[in-house]
Amino acid sequence: MNNAICFENLGFTYTHETWVFRHCNAMIEKGSVFAILGPNGRGKTTLLKALLKLHKPSEGSLEVHGKIAFVPQLFSVTFAYTVLDMVLMGRASKIGLFSQPSAKDRTIALASLERFGLAHLAHHSFDELSGGQRQLVIITRALVAEADILVLDEPTSALDMKNQALVLSWIHRLSKEDGLTIVFTTHHPHHALAVSDNALLMIDEASFAYGKSQEVLNEANLLALYGVPLKHVIFEFENETVESFVPVFKK
Amino acid sequence: MFFKTYSMPILLLVLLCLSVVALTIGRYPIPIGDVLSIVVTTPPNASHLSSDAPWVIVEIVRLPRVLLVVLSGMGLALAGACMQGVFRNPLVGPEVVGVSSGASFGGVLAIILGWTSWGIVVMAFGFGASALVVAFVLAKFSGKASILGIVLSGVIISSFFGALMGVAQYFADPQTKLPGIIYWLMGSFAEATYEKVSIMSLVMLCAGGLLIALRWRINLLSLGESDATSLGINVHFLRWSIVALVSLIVAAQVSVSGGVGWVGLVIPHFARMLTGAEHTKLLPVSALMGGIYLLMMDTLARTLTPQEIPIGLITALIGTPIFAVVFWKMQGKGWSHE
Repeated sequence: MNNAICFENLGFTYTHETWVFRHCNAMIEKGSVFAILGPNGRGKTTLLKALLKLHKPSEGSLEVHGKIAFVPQLFSVTFAYTVLDMVLMGRASKIGLFSQPSAKDRTIALASLERFGLAHLAHHSFDELSGGQRQLVIITRALVAEADILVLDEPTSALDMKNQALVLSWIHRLSKEDGLTIVFTTHHPHHALAVSDNALLMIDEASFAYGKSQEVLNEANLLALYGVPLKHVIFEFENETVESFVPVFKK
Repeated sequence: MFFKTYSMPILLLVLLCLSVVALTIGRYPIPIGDVLSIVVTTPPNASHLSSDAPWVIVEIVRLPRVLLVVLSGMGLALAGACMQGVFRNPLVGPEVVGVSSGASFGGVLAIILGWTSWGIVVMAFGFGASALVVAFVLAKFSGKASILGIVLSGVIISSFFGALMGVAQYFADPQTKLPGIIYWLMGSFAEATYEKVSIMSLVMLCAGGLLIALRWRINLLSLGESDATSLGINVHFLRWSIVALVSLIVAAQVSVSGGVGWVGLVIPHFARMLTGAEHTKLLPVSALMGGIYLLMMDTLARTLTPQEIPIGLITALIGTPIFAVVFWKMQGKGWSHE
């Protein structure tokens, strides 16, 4: 079995009158990066929640092979927990109902923070960190769950350019170095183009474009997706060919 | 830093010392040496000549009272810290589900029916537990199993039992029943007995013990429903389990001493200043500080004036200004945002 996630004719409705989406199909290979794009309210997060089994699909079939960990959108916490406290919470499924994190859990959490260059912040308050650092801490929290599949909901939203690049490079590394399957939603086609192998464009409730990112992310599909023209640009940068999309905003 | 590291043994020591001091002072002061000798040399279930005044005062009057106050304070502060974590709200106290209103009405009804102290305990505990069941059913039927559903159910239940208490007071005999009702509602540990201590001990051992065992899980619940679920925990089961355990403690406390507000709301904030927000450390420290705080308040309540002041009044009168000053100084420390 080479697929980590496979869904066929997947559909979801809250009201049984209007569909958030239906007839949605995709196969996500193990170890690949899969991007989901769509305008606001199209059902990207609903689809992620279906993958996470937080929502039961209204129709269709969904197979998930492996353990999933979730990285929500950038958030702040009610209590001033330390970074280490936050990462340890990723071990919840490994810790008994009446137990506390063990020395082994702490070692795993600290090693994971070390890998992301965040070990020196272990005892800092989570909410004192920058947006990029917080996002990496939440990715670290997902990793200590020892999952096979990482699902990220708009991991670069609310981040500045530098932190967007940082998070994207980690998505790429975790897929290539750790063999993790990564699924993420984004509003940035150039992010999907930069790091994803395959992409799903949720154009309307029953219309999707699905395939290799290089093929499916094109000007026609993106115009249909966002209703705004995006220019496909190719250029040389530091001896590498770079492809991107530039939105064309008219006055 | 030193206090943070050794907060548990330090607080335990303070609680022990305060308990001994509380046994010595009162209308009839007893030297500390006599108190220690009476407590240490008296075997459990001992009977003694009633003419031995110091022994009667220490063993029959003050010791059960001190034990009941400490257990109640510990229970209320522990319950408050749990509820603030589960509800992710600093303004939440253990009474949010409406259990204390239910228990208070049970007590008022027992007084109107002319029942004895045991009748009050049973009725208060029974009505408190029923309020929890009603809260669960209301939240379930409203289709809002979320925190909002529980809070709304609590508001409905509190208002309903509040109205029932108003009706009961309106119809109560103003000469024979009403003063007793009002005094009971303001809370007092004056009628502490070893039987009441046993009830509170049993509830604290079971419900308090389970809450302490679940303390790390409260961290997860405090992240919010979807994030906690994504970490692989059964949020609804865990949340209701904690609410039920807290409610048992609150119902037991109201049934043995009447209404004592403010402790469960205030003490967790003080504890958070000492240990930080992480619930593994916060819950035991909250419990100890709750015991210390309520013991101090009760000792003041019975020694400040010739006639005892109801504990509910003194916890509010002294607690609120202290809380205001401390909260102003700490500027929300332990809480990340509004």
